[in-house]
Amino acid sequence: MLWFRKRWKAELPFHMMALPSVVFVLVFCYGPMAGVSIAFQQFVPTSGLFGSEWIGLDNFQYLFSMPDTKRVIFNTVYIAVMKMIAGLVMPIFIALLLNEIGKKAFKRTVQTVIYMPHFLSWVILGGIVIDVLSPNYGLVGDLMDWFGLPRVFFLGNENWFPYILVSTDVWKEFGFGTIVFLAALTGINPALYESAVIDGAGRWKQTLYVTLPGILPIVVLMGTLSLGNVLNAGFDQVFNLYNPTVYSTGDILDTYVYRMGFENLQFGVATAVGLFKSAVSFVLISVSYLLAYRFANYRIF
Amino acid sequence: MVQQKSLGRSIFVGLNYFLLSIMSALCLIPLINVLAVSFSSSYAISSGMVKLWPVEFTLRSYRHVASKSEFLHSMLIAFERVGLALVISMTLTILLAYPLSREASQFRFRTGYVWFFVFTMLFSGGLIPSYIVIRNLGMLDSIWSLVLPGAVPIFNVILLLNFFRSLPKELLEASLIDGAGQWQTLWRIVVPLSVPAIATLTLFVIVGHWNEWFHGLIYMNSPDHYPLASYLQTVIIRRDLSLLTDPAEISNMTKLNDRGLKSAQIFLGALPVFLIYPFLQRFFISGIVMGSVKE
Repeated sequence: MLWFRKRWKAELPFHMMALPSVVFVLVFCYGPMAGVSIAFQQFVPTSGLFGSEWIGLDNFQYLFSMPDTKRVIFNTVYIAVMKMIAGLVMPIFIALLLNEIGKKAFKRTVQTVIYMPHFLSWVILGGIVIDVLSPNYGLVGDLMDWFGLPRVFFLGNENWFPYILVSTDVWKEFGFGTIVFLAALTGINPALYESAVIDGAGRWKQTLYVTLPGILPIVVLMGTLSLGNVLNAGFDQVFNLYNPTVYSTGDILDTYVYRMGFENLQFGVATAVGLFKSAVSFVLISVSYLLAYRFANYRIF
Repeated sequence: MVQQKSLGRSIFVGLNYFLLSIMSALCLIPLINVLAVSFSSSYAISSGMVKLWPVEFTLRSYRHVASKSEFLHSMLIAFERVGLALVISMTLTILLAYPLSREASQFRFRTGYVWFFVFTMLFSGGLIPSYIVIRNLGMLDSIWSLVLPGAVPIFNVILLLNFFRSLPKELLEASLIDGAGQWQTLWRIVVPLSVPAIATLTLFVIVGHWNEWFHGLIYMNSPDHYPLASYLQTVIIRRDLSLLTDPAEISNMTKLNDRGLKSAQIFLGALPVFLIYPFLQRFFISGIVMGSVKE
């Protein structure tokens, strides 16, 4: 018993240090988790979290009977998967090219420029994208004139909109995405290249047989970890770029929740959509982390 | 590799420089365009003459923005928010990362604590329940609703705890043997040794809170309480949305030349990030690598 008390006393400072964070996380993270009970209520905002009438799965039934919901789920997965693939391929490609650059100053300048959009918010970048893509005065329109192509109202055209989302997302993130792969590239043992040269391998063969296998583990790891994002199509971006004319192809789960909740004031149904997303994402993230742990020995902490 | 200077290689090198230059230009040109528009006269803008260099240079757009009290007021709120978040989040992050960086043999409940926090990265209550919680706490229209809900950035905590673990164990042991308590060891030994990591996370917090616009939008009933990012969202993005559906307004806008004003505000909103960026760049590569790639 004495031993136990001594140990408790030794560990007390640790508990004290963690205490404030525990309180904040309990209130602001676990509080909302308890609040998902709204999804099973006929929620009346004035009667508190648990005071409304319980209606079981009615909100979910209503939800999945609406044609909008299926379309929104499809849009979300479609946009998110395209972003996942483009967001993996493009950084690898650019990292490989950057790795071949001999001039340090040039390499660093390129890195400085392409990392930057990552740090700007979608409000700023959205403003820029709207301006650049404007059919009346945008830079892209000028370019299309120059090539003799007709001007397109990209952000008001439902066929174009998902692809605009993917390409502007790549534009923002591809540079930042190269960091991980550049780190992996510098980690490749130089002796491998030397022996490849002795074996008569040219640059192309070196890339094929040394460089690519060298970064394959990190590529697989990044690909696996991105699986958790299948329902994350990027709220910030879509919210700042979309408009009613492109709802049919551009509306995603998060924007759907927002409008359902804050514009239609159907809090119960909106929470049900959110819970659906959280639950599926929870499974996906857990599986992706488990796979990454099993096969790449990846641990976040 | 001296003999490798074949024609094919030269072509590849040339193409490579060309392609990477294009990619850099793609990132830079839209920003330069907006900057050029913000410094141009309304006549030059509406006649479509402005591309990458200001035409009929003028500061009128900036002068107009600077005279708008909503803009200045929301900027003050943004500074206040960043300042509060900086102090609170960094204190909590350091205080939490230290116990979680100890081995389970020193801190038995470590694993339990870690799961308690990491679970919030895997599952969240979602938008509506979070809003209800903030509302029930009476925090709507208060700056605390922008600072406290994200007061413990778990991702930053994990980065920092991994950094703490890489510190030489002997130093901490020596300090404890010399009679310093855990609190003293943290402030006198661990924190001074971790300045680069802490600096990186501080910059992350600053940029994150400066850029965050959505919470301001939903938690503030009155636009008087918007931080700059939320204010900019309403003036740069929202107005444009109504504009998209109403062709009559498009011509109206060109006359008023809202585009110069918007561009000036876009640039001013991004300016602090640009100013911090050189410091950020120096640190963040080590920061990213220390958290993500581990053998």
